[in-house]
Amino acid sequence: MTTQPARVTIGRRTFVGYVVAGATLVAAADLGTGPAGPAAAAPGVPQPAELYDLNDFLTEAAMPTANLITVEVHEDGTASFALPRMEVGQGITTSTAMLIAEELELPLDRVRVTLADARPELVWNQLTGGSNTTISTYTPVRVAAAVAKQALLEAAAIQLGDTVANLVARGGVVQAPDGRSLTYGELARAAASRTTRAVDVRLKDPGQFRVVGTGQPRIDALEAVTGRKQYATDLQVPGALPTMVCRAPTLNGTPKRLRNQREVLAMPGVTDVALVDTGVAVRAETFGQCIDAIRAMHVDWADGPVAGLSDQDVVAELHGAEVPMPTLPDTPLAQTVELDVLFYFRSNSAMDTNSAIADVRDGKATVWSGLKSPITAQERIAEELGLTPDAVTVHVVQGGGSFGRRLFFDGALEAAKISQAMGKPVKLMWHRADDARVGRTHPMATSRVRAVHAGGQVLAFQQSHTSVETDFRHGLGELITAKVADLPTGLGNLGFSETVFELTQEVPYDFGAIVQTLVETDDRFNTGSMRNIYSPDVRAAGELMVDQLARAMKQDPYEFRRAHLRNDRVRAVLDAVADAGRWGRSMPSGTAQGIAIHKEYKGVSACLVEIDCRPRQTRRDIRDGVGGPRATKVVFAVDVGLVVNPRGLEAQMQGGINDGIALALTSSLHLRDGHFLEASWDNYFYTRQWNTPPEVDVIVMPSDSGQPGGAGEAGVAATFAAVACAYARAVGQVPSYFPVNHRDPLQFRPKPVVPPIPQSPTNGLRKAW
Amino acid sequence: MPKQTFRLNGRTVTVDVHPDVRVLWVLRDLLGVTGPKYGCGINVCKACTSHVNGLAFNPCSVRVGDLSPSDEVTTIEGLPDAPDGDGGALHPMQQAWLDRDVAQCGYCQPGQIMAAVALVRKVRREGRSITDADLDGIRNICRCGTYTRIREAIAQGERAM
Repeated sequence: MTTQPARVTIGRRTFVGYVVAGATLVAAADLGTGPAGPAAAAPGVPQPAELYDLNDFLTEAAMPTANLITVEVHEDGTASFALPRMEVGQGITTSTAMLIAEELELPLDRVRVTLADARPELVWNQLTGGSNTTISTYTPVRVAAAVAKQALLEAAAIQLGDTVANLVARGGVVQAPDGRSLTYGELARAAASRTTRAVDVRLKDPGQFRVVGTGQPRIDALEAVTGRKQYATDLQVPGALPTMVCRAPTLNGTPKRLRNQREVLAMPGVTDVALVDTGVAVRAETFGQCIDAIRAMHVDWADGPVAGLSDQDVVAELHGAEVPMPTLPDTPLAQTVELDVLFYFRSNSAMDTNSAIADVRDGKATVWSGLKSPITAQERIAEELGLTPDAVTVHVVQGGGSFGRRLFFDGALEAAKISQAMGKPVKLMWHRADDARVGRTHPMATSRVRAVHAGGQVLAFQQSHTSVETDFRHGLGELITAKVADLPTGLGNLGFSETVFELTQEVPYDFGAIVQTLVETDDRFNTGSMRNIYSPDVRAAGELMVDQLARAMKQDPYEFRRAHLRNDRVRAVLDAVADAGRWGRSMPSGTAQGIAIHKEYKGVSACLVEIDCRPRQTRRDIRDGVGGPRATKVVFAVDVGLVVNPRGLEAQMQGGINDGIALALTSSLHLRDGHFLEASWDNYFYTRQWNTPPEVDVIVMPSDSGQPGGAGEAGVAATFAAVACAYARAVGQVPSYFPVNHRDPLQFRPKPVVPPIPQSPTNGLRKAW
Repeated sequence: MPKQTFRLNGRTVTVDVHPDVRVLWVLRDLLGVTGPKYGCGINVCKACTSHVNGLAFNPCSVRVGDLSPSDEVTTIEGLPDAPDGDGGALHPMQQAWLDRDVAQCGYCQPGQIMAAVALVRKVRREGRSITDADLDGIRNICRCGTYTRIREAIAQGERAM
């Protein structure tokens, strides 16, 4: 790994690809082809993330593998591609199909993109994370498609008795000057090769793009709106009966004994029970009968590692782990502004709970699950089952959301253990209550910010982030780095955390001496990234400080940012939202605007929020939900560089906006006596229709960049920060913790922990409307 | 095993199952009708929203034994054949969802669409149109945060229905 910026590859259009031996045309490119170069360094003293960010790390991690991704052209005139990444809603199957359609000159609806099974030979190249998919696959996918087009042209030249230069490929047809033509389907066999050969191809000039850069609907939209799109629990695998797990009353507690096994086995529909390390599993004809069985179980438990702990204990632990910050001057000439912010635990729980189908019999295992690190999953499952990795087949299924959750494979591993214990196929589904309470969370963290200003200048800016450990034990998607992250005493994971922090966090302001540090402590919780990693918290605290500095220096928050930004792209998005959102317009008391910026993943963003904190909003009577302050309007501008699908990018920003609002205002988990209280969507208050802004305006900035940026996480940080700043301005006080409602009286009655899951109601017909 | 009979997407179905089992599991686990999704099992997330006799309901919270043989259950799979489905392959609300490209992960969207259709029917029964307050009152959760496009699609679907 190097911290030197690599040569920017913009403009390079000639690459080597392959025609692979096959019965019909198979074109390939090395997935390590043409890494995106780091962005040009900004003026001033660059921070690490400016020169070389997490995406460069992920992209370079992909380079040593000499393994191929292939685009196939079929006799029905379609092309297919198995993407070694996971689709969880972020739109990468659509954007990948667009790249293929573009280079292959094939209509978009004739390109099929599926998800590749775990391919261990890809080593580091099958991780979906860090918003890296488009950045790392942009060139290789195009190269493979361009090779396919060239092979089709060569085959057509022979059949039509003409030269390649005279032929035109367009819309899935190769046309000769005399009007004769052949379809790709007719050429698929003739263009195939008996041997694998390397070929040089020239990629399209981006100025000639007809598909890339146009707004396209998702390729799976029809499947989604007709209910035909299949997630793990929708798959019909013979014998894989519904299976659920009875879990401990404390987080990560373990089962000692099921006292009434005979009684449970005699219940209607129940076929099997088995003790595994995470609880007592039950398999039945229906999930409803699994729920009944779990509620009837009498289990002896060993307490989990955080038994007895509550929020305030973890807060105290974090404060104890905070390292002293360097003393800054505070004199009439040089004044120090201080800000301490606490961020509570939050759940990355997706709609589609942790789930997997597993069939472990006769020394072999087959697993179907939504997995963003399938190679690590395959290797770890093999290890846990006592099998070799080649005895484990891992099928990657589309996931109903991830938000960081599916970087891990908790459901797949658990399903495999249960199937092995029962000797039968199982379809494991976590109950929502388990997914909320036991599923991974974004760790609790504190951020301390100190800044010194004198004579109208900011001389120093320090941010010290202290967090419950963020689990990166998925590594880079395979077991070697996953093992490094899993070294004893957490040292390995800490090194990983610090690397990720260094590579993602950046203060794009001209604030003199900038220092950002990370300390992590306590590995007893089930944590992970959550749309995204550190940025939302770090940015919210940082931008609140920027507002405090502006106030201390008697400047307007927008003008202050504008004057101190070191990056023209950030200034452009800031100007865009200030203009479109009419920054500074007169607002009634109790309402306010807030403005914030963010820079990460080769992209820049800015957000302007209007918030209403007046009692008529905060006192809204919402059954089983929270109203609270309402973000009434959001204007968001994003520049990710080259945009493959502006419609998809807009969708990702709209989603990220709702995540940012949730982090600021409503969404958190409460730890009480060793367990999280939240057990349903009416306890864990993710943004709902009554919280979402009635007015949302997303501005996709024009870009002359030849390199695409990441999108899946880019909407969250600036929104969280802008909502936080707007809230502080509306109520006249900077919050010391987020979400701002966390210490309000609980707005739900916590569900019991024994039994661990609630029974389904029976009054649904009376509630029909 | 007692037999349970009800109408599903225009056909009479009979299932051998204990009457206490909730309709969601009968649909998904026994009949393989997987459009209605599981998101909570306690009538909170609304991912399983379907229709019974034209009204929105959540099959996770209805015992199959409480359905009568004449009760008509419509899931997303049967929505295009509903009386307001205009005979096409897609219900106008589904078309609106496509036109606005609403879905991201897509998991909650069958339930969102079924709720949206029920909302249009409800306001029509009340002789009015959908208001912002009606949209604010939709309880279906979308963890991808597609709410903005859902609101746009409902407006289009209401016009087309």
